[in-house]
Amino acid sequence: MLELRGVTKRLGATLAVDGVSFTVRPGSITGLIGPNGAGKTTLFNTVAGHYAPTRGSIRFAGDEIAGCAPYAIFRKGIVRTFQIPRPFPEMTVLENLMLVAANQPGERFWNTWIRPGRVAEHEKANRARAMEALEFLNLTHLAGQQARSLSGGQLKLLELGRAFMADPKLVLLDEPAAGVNPTLMNAIAERIRALNARGMTIFLIEHNMPLVMSLCDPILVMANGRLLLEGDAARVRGDARVIEAYLGGDAAAAGAPHG
Amino acid sequence: MIDVAAYLVFFLCLALIYGLVCLGLNLQWGFAGLFNVGVVGFFIVGAYTVAILASPAAADRVGGFGLPIPLALLAAMAAAGLVAFVVGIPTLRLREDYLAIATFGIAVTIQLVALNWETLTGGTHGRVSIPRPLASVFVDRVNANLFFLAVTLAVVGTADWALERMVRSPWGRVLRAIREDETAAGALGKNAFAYRLQAFVIGSALMGLGGGLYASFIGYVGADDALPTLTFQIWVMLIVGGSGNNKGALIGAVSVWGLWSFSGWFMAAVLPSAFAVRAGALQVILIGLVLATVLLLRPKGLVGEEAVVSRGARVE
Repeated sequence: MLELRGVTKRLGATLAVDGVSFTVRPGSITGLIGPNGAGKTTLFNTVAGHYAPTRGSIRFAGDEIAGCAPYAIFRKGIVRTFQIPRPFPEMTVLENLMLVAANQPGERFWNTWIRPGRVAEHEKANRARAMEALEFLNLTHLAGQQARSLSGGQLKLLELGRAFMADPKLVLLDEPAAGVNPTLMNAIAERIRALNARGMTIFLIEHNMPLVMSLCDPILVMANGRLLLEGDAARVRGDARVIEAYLGGDAAAAGAPHG
Repeated sequence: MIDVAAYLVFFLCLALIYGLVCLGLNLQWGFAGLFNVGVVGFFIVGAYTVAILASPAAADRVGGFGLPIPLALLAAMAAAGLVAFVVGIPTLRLREDYLAIATFGIAVTIQLVALNWETLTGGTHGRVSIPRPLASVFVDRVNANLFFLAVTLAVVGTADWALERMVRSPWGRVLRAIREDETAAGALGKNAFAYRLQAFVIGSALMGLGGGLYASFIGYVGADDALPTLTFQIWVMLIVGGSGNNKGALIGAVSVWGLWSFSGWFMAAVLPSAFAVRAGALQVILIGLVLATVLLLRPKGLVGEEAVVSRGARVE
């Protein structure tokens, strides 16, 4: 589904991502872990089109997408969320979601004039879908509120709502559960499984080990811009290199990664 | 009394023409976040377009086709929109300050062209004999102004209605999303450049339409009309009225133009004639003071920004 070959991204003097190759299998929930500064978010930004890779190839569903603009990558069927939620604060929660729906002819200004009926029809369908998303997220009561009034946790859910609305082939989740309480974390994990069950392939970055271990298979581990290993939870948990990457060489003997 | 009423009609015509230009700027700045500091450039392109197309033929002047005013006004919109398209293509991909530099530069360039290309623009003498719509029917000065006011009201009303409809359409929603967070909008499949270009061209076309109406109303357009003062005035109108709100743009236009006209009359009446030349500078200072006061007391303008929700997403 998503296939990276020798992807390298240089940011200034550092090789943030250094010759990374892997494949995300269709239908999987693939996890990406690694210590801070390992290059995970840079890798995501490169796949999502915010950066063009310095070298290497990124193929999605057979097409080369390296260097495409973010909006073009979205249209190929990849949607990303942000580590720090980026809602449109002045717009209502419902609008935030309706905006995501692709193929609304009314987004071309002339259709407001020459095809008002079709635009209204799409708006109605998109609204119904957005209400469905709000129900999925348990946020129905906030539909008419401006997104700026939402709490941090609600904004995390709204990011997932974007994936629900876009109905993409692949979802890139950048730390979907960072900074949320345990109850909400379980709710988010449940939603991620549900999106996966709807046929979306999930590729996520996360620091919370129990969450990653229970949710993801396979798990990719990055350190210093390189891919360290790929495997299921048991394999990653038991690998000495992972422990070393997280705790540094000498401390490796002291214990496993937190969690 | 008749005199006052007649003046009021004249005043409203001009104020509404500026209101139309202000609506164009509001689409660009209020809804798309585009910093256009060359408003006068698009206005004057529209004005000369009407002058060239609608006026009768004259010796040593290009044009003079005597076209009907509605056609000339449409051409004025197209010409200003075309200039915006050409300026927008290279600049709208860049950071917003580049658009400011480019629009300012283009407005100054157009003013210099207007001053020097005499066969096209009439240079310092300007272009004269620009007709009004149905000039042969409404010959009497008062009736002519009244009719022109009706035309202007219809044009401004239509523009306001159309813009309200557009900003509440899915297109307007994308525009607002891009203004709020371009990165997030891009990640959701919206091509920010294409939307900015559309808003820039449509807004500039309205400025051109305003310029065309102005030329037809005054009957004359010259290089003096292309000075940056107008850009300053339109910006003050938008900020005082409340950017992001079409009603605010219109209210701002009428009130600031009212203040401008009144202060001009007042200073001419009160100041000794030796100071008359400096009165213009005093007017600019006065408007600047009003702007500063409004920003201090009502930072969002007289009307303030309106919370726009697209039609399909209203929640009771």
